Amino acid sequence: MNKAANGKIEIVNAGKIYDPAGIHVVAVENCSFNLEAGQFVSVVGPSGCGKSTLLNTIAGFDTITSGEILMDGELLASPEIQTPPGPDRVVVFQGGALFPWKTVSENIIYGPVIQKNMERPEAEKMAISLLNRVGLTKVETKYPSELSSGVQRRVEILRALINQPKIMMLDEPFRALDAVAKSVMHNFLLELFDENPRTMFFITHDLDEAIYLSDLVVVMTTRPAKVKKIIKIDLPRPRRLDVIKTEIYRSVKADLLSIVHEEALKAFKAGEREMA
Amino acid sequence: MTRIKNLAAAPTFYAALAGMILFFSSWYFLTETLTLPRFKNIPDPLSVVTEWSAIHPKYGVSLFTKPYYVDILYSIIRTYAAFAGAVVFGVSLGIVMGWSRILHNYTFPLVEIFRPMPPLSWIPLAVLVLPGIELPVVFVTFIAAFFATVLNTLLGVQSINRDYFLAAKCLGAKPRDILFHVVIPGSLPFIFTGLQIAMGIAWMSIVAGEIIAGQRGLGYYIYEAAALFQYEQVIMYMFTLGFLGYVSSVAIRYVGNLLMAWEEAKRKAR
Amino acid sequence: MSQTSVSAAPPIHPAAVAVKTRGALYQLTERKALPGAISIIGFLIAWQLSITWELPYLSNIPYPKDVWDSLYESVLKSSYWNDWKMSLIRVFVGFTVGQVVGIPLGLAMGASKTIKALCFPVFEMLRPIPPIAWIPLSILFWPTEELSIYFLTFIGAFFVIVLNVMQGVSSIDLSVKRAAISLGASRKDIFFKIMIPGSLPSIVTGMTVGIGVTWNVLIAAEMIAGHGGLGRGTWEAYTNGNLPLILVGMVSIGFAGYITSSLVRVIGEKAMPWRRKF
Repeated sequence: MNKAANGKIEIVNAGKIYDPAGIHVVAVENCSFNLEAGQFVSVVGPSGCGKSTLLNTIAGFDTITSGEILMDGELLASPEIQTPPGPDRVVVFQGGALFPWKTVSENIIYGPVIQKNMERPEAEKMAISLLNRVGLTKVETKYPSELSSGVQRRVEILRALINQPKIMMLDEPFRALDAVAKSVMHNFLLELFDENPRTMFFITHDLDEAIYLSDLVVVMTTRPAKVKKIIKIDLPRPRRLDVIKTEIYRSVKADLLSIVHEEALKAFKAGEREMA
Repeated sequence: MTRIKNLAAAPTFYAALAGMILFFSSWYFLTETLTLPRFKNIPDPLSVVTEWSAIHPKYGVSLFTKPYYVDILYSIIRTYAAFAGAVVFGVSLGIVMGWSRILHNYTFPLVEIFRPMPPLSWIPLAVLVLPGIELPVVFVTFIAAFFATVLNTLLGVQSINRDYFLAAKCLGAKPRDILFHVVIPGSLPFIFTGLQIAMGIAWMSIVAGEIIAGQRGLGYYIYEAAALFQYEQVIMYMFTLGFLGYVSSVAIRYVGNLLMAWEEAKRKAR
Repeated sequence: MSQTSVSAAPPIHPAAVAVKTRGALYQLTERKALPGAISIIGFLIAWQLSITWELPYLSNIPYPKDVWDSLYESVLKSSYWNDWKMSLIRVFVGFTVGQVVGIPLGLAMGASKTIKALCFPVFEMLRPIPPIAWIPLSILFWPTEELSIYFLTFIGAFFVIVLNVMQGVSSIDLSVKRAAISLGASRKDIFFKIMIPGSLPSIVTGMTVGIGVTWNVLIAAEMIAGHGGLGRGTWEAYTNGNLPLILVGMVSIGFAGYITSSLVRVIGEKAMPWRRKF
């Protein structure tokens, strides 16, 4: 379990300005925080702020217009440099992006096979054993549309994990699930994380989810997004459900709630101003 | 009241049967029994069927005569040749246009200028420029099917959720992989809808082409028979065309279902 | 030793690349009109060259300049505009009658299972018959040539609109119907206030596709059996061996088709202001 120098992300004064049709939109401004190697970091904040922009830049889908992002000491992104997407930084998408035309097994083995890391039969065996290990039996030949959204999300997470990414990025992955399915997902994700810690960049609106899952919660302001506060979560791992009764949890939650509420009000008023 | 309604709605087979019977009997009624001035020249269903199934037909063509099948073969070969060309070139161009923004911006205006031109208006030009008789007819049909295919393929590629491209890239896919594993499978549903439309258009065009510039073939023969007032043959060939068109569409749908097993699964899961 | 690991090798880290400041070529292509203009000019140049260089087959096509001269001449003749008028009237009549008969039928077939069961088999039996195959029968039946042409354009538009409307009605979300029922709507209300507006998108699609089919059928019908009209004009140019005039005909037909399609499209957009523009 080598945590050292593997998947540490440093975001230094990152900024992003969009320029659609000449309208100058500052999405992100002077954002700085670090994700230590193997650390689970949640990013929360009002809708429409720059959370996804940062994710997109680290993943290689987009660029930043100021500042720098470094990975393990090397320059990952800057106004001049962009690192294309790769299996060292895999994303799990909000709406779900399992290939509908491939079976569960074909989806999971896609990364290793296409990168020529594994032969197909070997990869298929690996996929089946992975699925069985997490309790998803007999789904390997099914198409995503035949499965519930909870199972689909888990398959997508496995599809990402099998590539051994240094950092995994999840953009509100459990947003559409009900409370029961969500808690199944949380335990699923945490089990995999505990076994093999890797840097996690997790975007969510759900404050309880953020606290329960992470080592660090970063609160972003409304547009232009800056880092408002970084809260360390000092709860022991592995996380158990009764952790929500602890004093630490409750005080963090209260703190988060008031900060986020403050930002949400600002966003709301700004929206009103825009409409008026 | 609802019980009677259920009885009427449930056995839709009987309603369908009734509809067909109504159609054929009114056809017969209007042409034979009533002999209204305009209708009386049109042959009644009975004489059409008799002629169609006669071993020694009055005018030389029926299910049992060779010329019938020769005509069918001519039309089928022409239509399918044109269709095959449209599939190969149309799908390729559509995929390229959907995928590459630059190429799209350069080719789309030209496509949009040529697309509204009714394919059949190309016939005189094609006949004068291209050699022989078969080539112009096939070419015009090809043009017609081609534009329909390009458009639907293009829409298909554009309909693919952008996340699939991003996910594939994360997983290490190179452009070639993306083409085969995202672009093509993702646009297949639209492509096959387009192919069914293109097939219908192809049959439409082939008939016109054969009437205007062909020799042999169903379209050509319809016109010949009409000139000779052999209207049983005309109706016979009309229905033959309809049948062939229908069977072709079914064949395309079948191939589509084979290739898109996941869509089948989605339908069953619902 | 965890079973979620795959290989000992760390995942590939792609090399960083310079940020794509969109190149000059791309900048050019984003300006809407420019790539279009370039490709059209390129096409015209290719046209001119393939004749001057005497490429096989293509060298029979007239020079762009000859076509232009012919077009200029035609535009000055009243017979040319008369052809326009005749073709447009024929398209209009056939298309409109097709909608007037087809839309109610499509709505009825979509709304009532009984009506659909009654009509659909006959409909599906007749639909695959290419409209042009109806020409001899149409000529036989109708007393005047114009009527027989109207009938053909009607056939072209009719089957398309019925199919689209039928599909449109059945795709109206069941929850919408149920919401209406729970709010106290009668069957008549549902038909007029839910199904008809709900099927507007499919009506517009049917009309947009239908106008194209109608044009196609009209041109063929005029070439085969008409007097006057743009199709006939092009055909006569063909029988006279007047190549530039043939091309003038083609361009005119294409343009007329474009105008009518745009008209239908604009009407459709006005009728459905809520539709998201893609």
